[in-house]
Amino acid sequence: MADGPVAELLLRRLEASDGGLDSADLAAELGVEHQAVVGAVKSLQALGKVIEAELRSTKRWELTSEGEEIAQEGSHEARVFRSIPPEGLAQSELMRLPSGKVGFSKAMSNKWIRVDKSTADGPRVFRVVDSMEDDVQRRLQMVQWGQAEKLGEKERSELRKRKLLAEVGSWRDRPFKPYNFLAQGVLPDSGHLHPLLKVRSQFRQIFLEMGFTEMPTDNFIESSFWNFDALFQPQQHPARDQHDTFFLRDPAEALQLPMDYVQRVKRTHSQGGYGSQGYKYTWKLDEARKNLLRTHTTSASARVLYRLAQKKPFTPAKYFSIDRVFRNETLDATHLAEFHQIEGVVADHGLTLGHLMGILREFFSKLGITQLRFKPAYNPYTEPSMEVFSYHPGLKKWVEVGNSGVFRPEMLLPMGLPENVSVIAWGLSLERPTMIKYGINNIRELVGHKVNLQMVYDSPLCRLDAKPRPPPTQEAA
Amino acid sequence: MPTVSVKRDLLFQALGRTYTDEEFDELCFEFGLELDEITSEKEIISKEQGSIKAAGASDVVLYKIDVPANRYDLLCLEGLVRGLQVFKERIKAPVYKRVMPDGKIQKLIITEETAKIRPFAVAAVLRNIKFTKGRYDSFIELQEKLHQNICRKRALVAIGTHDLDTLSGPFTYTAKRPSDIKFKPLNKTKEYTACELMNIYKTDNHLKQYLHIIENKPLYPVIYDSNGVVLSMPPIINGDHSRITVNTRNVFIECTGTDFTKAKIVLDIIVTMFSEYCEKQFTVEAAEVVFPNGKSYTFPELAYRKEIVRADLINKKVGIRETPENLAKLLTRMYLKSEVIGDGNQIEIEIPPTRADIIHACDIVEDAAIAYGYNNIQMTLPKTYTIANQCSQEDIADKLGVDISATKAVHISNPKTAEFQVARTTLLPGLLKTIAANRKMPLPLKLFEISDIVIKDSNTDVGAKNYRHLCAVYYNKNPGFEIIHGLLDRIMQLLDVPPGEDKAGYVIRASEGPAFFPGRCAEIFARGQSIGKLGVLHPDVITKFELTMPCSSLEINIEPFL
Repeated sequence: MADGPVAELLLRRLEASDGGLDSADLAAELGVEHQAVVGAVKSLQALGKVIEAELRSTKRWELTSEGEEIAQEGSHEARVFRSIPPEGLAQSELMRLPSGKVGFSKAMSNKWIRVDKSTADGPRVFRVVDSMEDDVQRRLQMVQWGQAEKLGEKERSELRKRKLLAEVGSWRDRPFKPYNFLAQGVLPDSGHLHPLLKVRSQFRQIFLEMGFTEMPTDNFIESSFWNFDALFQPQQHPARDQHDTFFLRDPAEALQLPMDYVQRVKRTHSQGGYGSQGYKYTWKLDEARKNLLRTHTTSASARVLYRLAQKKPFTPAKYFSIDRVFRNETLDATHLAEFHQIEGVVADHGLTLGHLMGILREFFSKLGITQLRFKPAYNPYTEPSMEVFSYHPGLKKWVEVGNSGVFRPEMLLPMGLPENVSVIAWGLSLERPTMIKYGINNIRELVGHKVNLQMVYDSPLCRLDAKPRPPPTQEAA
Repeated sequence: MPTVSVKRDLLFQALGRTYTDEEFDELCFEFGLELDEITSEKEIISKEQGSIKAAGASDVVLYKIDVPANRYDLLCLEGLVRGLQVFKERIKAPVYKRVMPDGKIQKLIITEETAKIRPFAVAAVLRNIKFTKGRYDSFIELQEKLHQNICRKRALVAIGTHDLDTLSGPFTYTAKRPSDIKFKPLNKTKEYTACELMNIYKTDNHLKQYLHIIENKPLYPVIYDSNGVVLSMPPIINGDHSRITVNTRNVFIECTGTDFTKAKIVLDIIVTMFSEYCEKQFTVEAAEVVFPNGKSYTFPELAYRKEIVRADLINKKVGIRETPENLAKLLTRMYLKSEVIGDGNQIEIEIPPTRADIIHACDIVEDAAIAYGYNNIQMTLPKTYTIANQCSQEDIADKLGVDISATKAVHISNPKTAEFQVARTTLLPGLLKTIAANRKMPLPLKLFEISDIVIKDSNTDVGAKNYRHLCAVYYNKNPGFEIIHGLLDRIMQLLDVPPGEDKAGYVIRASEGPAFFPGRCAEIFARGQSIGKLGVLHPDVITKFELTMPCSSLEINIEPFL
């Protein structure tokens, strides 16, 4: 038992007593702190039906040193009264008495004395009554005799206000148990956002700050036409294989396609045009109609750019999107069959590769990534294309952080965009920066129903320009 | 992206100098390649099959280099070296020439039976070639890389290479019934009919992937010489009779396929890469192919095409200011021999047969930018002035009338896993599975998700449509209907939808649903339409998700409020 000796003594005393014990009395008798007795009571209560205890609140009062003096000598106002002879006393003289200042005003308000200001040698104080009751002294004496509870609440509080009476054991005299500042606080009830949502809203924020408008991406189901053909991705391209893309059984085919535009796309693929040799193969409408789960959000960008091309005259535009895409990939610790793609697109007259690099520099510096390098790359629908690498101080090497390029004229011109309009674009995944940011090694812990809720509860808010924290040390199995 | 694996020392020997790994990595980066891995045969085998099996393997250092998917001319050591040497201006790009043979031209005659299965064929001869073990391996490896990439696993094009000295032309490319084709294939000791072969190869790890291309066709493609010797049964296997070896001096190459353009490109790549080892370097002996309509063509095409691009266009597209002469020099380093012509601002660019990837001026612009060095380009911010907007879904309202419950799920035709056969129509299962995977967490568990679901909808162009849903579950020792109900009230409060029966308000009415406990389910109506349901889940549902506590849930379509 934690409070061994006190609890044992308490039980013995309790056994001997009839009507229970007062914890304060007991503490006084035992010569221990009241808190020790309370602790013993609590631990005995915790054992079950060993003792019964009820909470009583008692207040005790004692006189302050001034109060004790008054109990003995009388109140200041009484002392003033008594010091005034029948012929009166000069006020200036009265004020010099020890009780003068306090006693004078109290005696005045009690109407025991009066002041005559018409006398020749200055104001004089005279008695008004022959005798008076010194209630203050009497009440204080009652407290001394232990009868404080006989006083009314109002009388007590008046004495307290005059600092003659004080509550015994007020917090001022009590010792307080020190806090353990090493202990954890109690967490408030709160909801928790998934890390992907937090990182996503940061990316949205960055795009909005840079003046980009959000594209509608609310169609996971896309036709091969918009997903591939419109992007000048030939129909024999390996990405259009069952091994790379999820096709639909139902609805298997797109119901409507913009046929004028489809004809231009068909011609560009099969025969060329717009300055292109084309791919020189037999383009099939059936292939373009095949529905699929979109493999990139660039299909949504293609729809938006097509819509932009129909608006005359052309107005420059900056677009972004962050949404889900689906790929028939081999699943492992960093790959799932679906992930989020972040995409930015700028359409304007005379955009250059230097512009693309400039806007990428701004974008990535908002993510806290300042060391960038660009590598030539191949994408079916951008030319020139560049992969974006950033120096990773932890890994001490350059790692790919995104892919980018200038959309091919064979994609833009059939849409109807003017010839001197260029469209630059870049993309990256949402999962990868999130995993780096939150030190997550397995994508399944982050995405899908196997998500670790503790991780969601514990993850801090996201500021992408701040340094990533080191990956967590592996817990022992 | 294809990966080419080359022996480091052979590569350096061919490049005429050595590099440190870092230096070579840097060179690759600049040129648009990626030094993916530095390894050895021994390391590869030991990684895949354990160190015991790797004991005798070679520990010659291998570079695995990632090559852009459209650069078929870089898929072998020969091409890589040529590309890099020209890039570094150590050699001039060779000129490839088609020459007529001294004697009779080799002829390949296509019969009309091939039309339905694999109608195109092209051919060429590498005369007086000198293989070594290394060159021979590279020759075989290049065919494999081409098969995997541009040939799209032999579906579009299949390559056959033969020792011409074992054969006698003219050759016939025809199609026959499988039972009528009989020959001794590569690596077998006896003859089989095509039917037998297709059966045998079902268990062949390398070949089984190609069987589907002809498997169910009534006729199989086959190539014979004038004595009836089978050269190959494309796209599956060559005959053993004409197999090439290190000692072969004259190689007959045939490419058959369904894509004529790609067949021509593949043939061009093979002969340009390996004519380096012919007695007359970079010359290729022509072969004649006679099509069923009687027309005859000579291959390889080895066509050089000229393009004219204005220098200021290149400067404008890249964002640099180079003189036309400098730009021409840059392009020449990219294997595109260029010179300034005309008014001094025009650049004439010669596209060699190795660069089939150049189909538009933008491809030329990119090569100029690569040779200039991407990282030397001055970065500038576009002056594009725009005002940002968050996504507003302006076309929502007209689709609200759709009765969600009457619509159906979208089905995937090639699902990866059993869990992934339809696009989800509801968020609830995902949340219940999340709880099941997190049963160790303290109760209550309160989860929500706001995400898109997909349902069939014939009013859209693709026949399906996303809806933004909100789902929440409360999982505890008690069902907590009031908690979920309170959540709905709070959501509606935040959306400024007051409770009440009137048009602007929301109300819940007793309802039922298979997922809910009888009498503990209500339908939610907001602004006059049903938006979803809430209630206490049926114990059967809870059990099916391997859960043990009561659970209440809410799922609504939030599109009316966006």
